[in-house]
Amino acid sequence: MILSEQDLTALFVTLKLASVSTLVLLVIGTPLAWWLSRSQWRFKYIIEAIIALPLILPPTVLGFYLLISLGPNGPIGGLVDMLGGAPLAFTFTGLVIGSVFYSMPFVVQPLQNAFTAVGQRPLEVAATLRASPLDRFFTIAVPMAKPGFITASVLGFAHTLGEFGVVLMIGGNIPGSTQVASIAIYDHVEALEYGQAHWLAGSLLLFSFLLLIVVYGTNRRYTVAQP
Amino acid sequence: MTITVRFNIQRGEFALNIDTVIPENGVTAIFGPSGSGKTTLLRAIAGLEHADNGYLKVGDALWQGNGIFLPTHQRKIGYVFQEPSLFSHLTVQSNINYGLERAKDGSSAAVLQQAIDLLGIEHLLQRMPWQLSGGEQQRVAIARALAANPSMLLLDEPLAALGDDQKADILPYLESVYQQLDIPVLYVSHSRNEVARLADHMLLLDNGGIKAAGKMSEIFTAMDLPMAHQSRAESIIEASVSHYDEEFGLASLTFLGGQFSVAAEPLVVGSEVRLQVLARDVSITLEQQKNTSILNIIPVTIDQIVRESKSQMTVRLIADETALLSRITCKSAYNLNLKEGDKVYAQVKTAALLT
Repeated sequence: MILSEQDLTALFVTLKLASVSTLVLLVIGTPLAWWLSRSQWRFKYIIEAIIALPLILPPTVLGFYLLISLGPNGPIGGLVDMLGGAPLAFTFTGLVIGSVFYSMPFVVQPLQNAFTAVGQRPLEVAATLRASPLDRFFTIAVPMAKPGFITASVLGFAHTLGEFGVVLMIGGNIPGSTQVASIAIYDHVEALEYGQAHWLAGSLLLFSFLLLIVVYGTNRRYTVAQP
Repeated sequence: MTITVRFNIQRGEFALNIDTVIPENGVTAIFGPSGSGKTTLLRAIAGLEHADNGYLKVGDALWQGNGIFLPTHQRKIGYVFQEPSLFSHLTVQSNINYGLERAKDGSSAAVLQQAIDLLGIEHLLQRMPWQLSGGEQQRVAIARALAANPSMLLLDEPLAALGDDQKADILPYLESVYQQLDIPVLYVSHSRNEVARLADHMLLLDNGGIKAAGKMSEIFTAMDLPMAHQSRAESIIEASVSHYDEEFGLASLTFLGGQFSVAAEPLVVGSEVRLQVLARDVSITLEQQKNTSILNIIPVTIDQIVRESKSQMTVRLIADETALLSRITCKSAYNLNLKEGDKVYAQVKTAALLT
């Protein structure tokens, strides 16, 4: 076996983290993006700026604040503690929360753009054809924004795959539960195990590349099909 | 049953103030220059534009007023937008089914088939919207609106985005829609020709207010309204075919006030037609001319004379119940000594069949 059992577990944790985070992001991001694309609220740009923060913030800064707030004395950690839950720092759930913040702009922005591109007209047409607001959202807005959903899912997934700083700060690098592939690679390099680092890095590289091929291929098909 | 409309909408500099009653049968054209508020009025009737303190009653149903605002999807309307606006992710068939599936009452396979037949789109059903021409897309959009079995049809300049050929292509479909369906149609337009051809009633809008409301043919010839004074002033006359002369290809058309002979393709005796007579094609004589090439000479009474410019005047003539406009030179009027109330003869050089 070229990849050690610990490396395989790290890969598995990485994929699980990316999948769960993407799912959570789609559930939270869809209504948020919809609201951002429709709202006339004059302070909307403040929300947009907050969502875009992870794009420029060093992941360690984000991770640091998350660690503080997830800890037993932090607002989120304190709330969980009060409700009788286990502490979130250094757990997989904590990692998911961190990833959701970290990858938020990569999901919300493509969705917001896609919803904006749908425009008001198709929804007005649907309203004149007796469709209720919820009906309009699911039968018109979502299908018409499909390329945006594909881009958002893949970008959110891929960006979580490459996460390093945030995970290091709040995950604690516990093998089998919070150690992800990117940190395992770092550990191998630290220990001068270049062979193992190569295999793990290569796996991530290949996987990420294939993922992006799918995104661009799919979006190309859309533009070709609708001249 | 009628449609009572009262709206006061303020949008920045623009204000729409409408208080009128729209007849519930036939086609009512909402006519006026760009920016007069035609589209805003139509959107407010559809509930797409929220007019505070508005009032809208369709037959017995209150759609807006007394604290009620029925959202668009609960109004039994069909709406056709200026651009076809088909759902790009659905086939033509699914586009048409969209409204049909959501109309809870009265819509059925029969209504759907009637809409498909009226618009002649059977052969397009399996295609995607982007595979259709602009005219075809608009026909599908009209069929889609009809398939939901609306009790009122609202059209916002459905031909404006189309080329002349496509307009000519789609007009006959619209005519058959209006003739076949027994629902009120509100038709926004800024084209005189479309209004002359399609409308029964008219709302004349100007700068957000109603300038006139009534029968289309009366508004076209009313001397206190602008249309009779424009250079292309015309009279629109409803007539029925009383005889068709195969030898000379002439149709005899009877109207309230006389008879017209018009060159036409064979017409069925008894069918209703609409005639367009341009004011500049109508001349006036004091005595009935004999030995003239002009076929249509109608005894009339001078109702009103208005001078348009130094050289031109418009004369409104009455033949029994029908008004006829004539554009003549002031010199001729002076030579003939025309006065209001005089009995004279109108000579009509050409009359065009509109339907």
